Amino acid sequence: MLKICSAVLDAVIEQARQDHPIETCGVVAADAGSPIANRLIPMRNQAASETFFCFDPRQQYKVWCELEECDQECRVIYHSHTASIAWPSREDIEHAHYPDAHYLIVSTWEQADCPVRSFRIANGAVLEEQVVRI
Amino acid sequence: MSIKVMIPSVLRPFTNGAKEVSAEGKTIMEVIASLEMNYNGISTRLLSGNRLHRYINIFLNDEDIRFAQGLDTPVTGGDRLTVLPAVAGGAFVPSAMMHVSGWTQCWIR
Repeated sequence: MLKICSAVLDAVIEQARQDHPIETCGVVAADAGSPIANRLIPMRNQAASETFFCFDPRQQYKVWCELEECDQECRVIYHSHTASIAWPSREDIEHAHYPDAHYLIVSTWEQADCPVRSFRIANGAVLEEQVVRI
Repeated sequence: MSIKVMIPSVLRPFTNGAKEVSAEGKTIMEVIASLEMNYNGISTRLLSGNRLHRYINIFLNDEDIRFAQGLDTPVTGGDRLTVLPAVAGGAFVPSAMMHVSGWTQCWIR
């Protein structure tokens, strides 16, 4: 189960809408030990693509260092699908290198039945989980 | 001279859960060889052939080694290496939906 601050989840969805049709991406951090993801950190999609996203490695490094200094952790890795459903793609699964993170996907595709979903992804396995707004 | 290497969680099964390990070497490639000596198999996750894996980033202190000399970048005692897997992904391919069970569930409240 992902517990996420409601205003932060709304901001993620709004970011995805603003960036559409380019895939958006970012991180939601949490204080170490806290059950609630509450700090939004939008990231630059280095690929600037409608079908792919990639964090800028140097921006990612700075954010990861800053989180460690603040005793926070990357709780959620989010990105958008702009012409498909909110479900992990083969590439999403291949590149899911953070088994401790929740993978949140926002679909801005008008035919998507559910615009936001969250998953745990590890060793190629995908498990959908409940998203709880706090 | 000892180099400090920060290990991401996805690779900690190779280091018995250790977040930080020490290694030896004069270049990044030698450090990776040193890691492999102590943590069998870890180099296969860092390298693709004799090149850095496309989705692995390594920072020497605060610098991305791809903007230095790559795996030939020299290191000295006291340096800190951070292994940082990339965060990336792509769009969903509709035909793959046939292989997914339960995809119509929607769990938001």
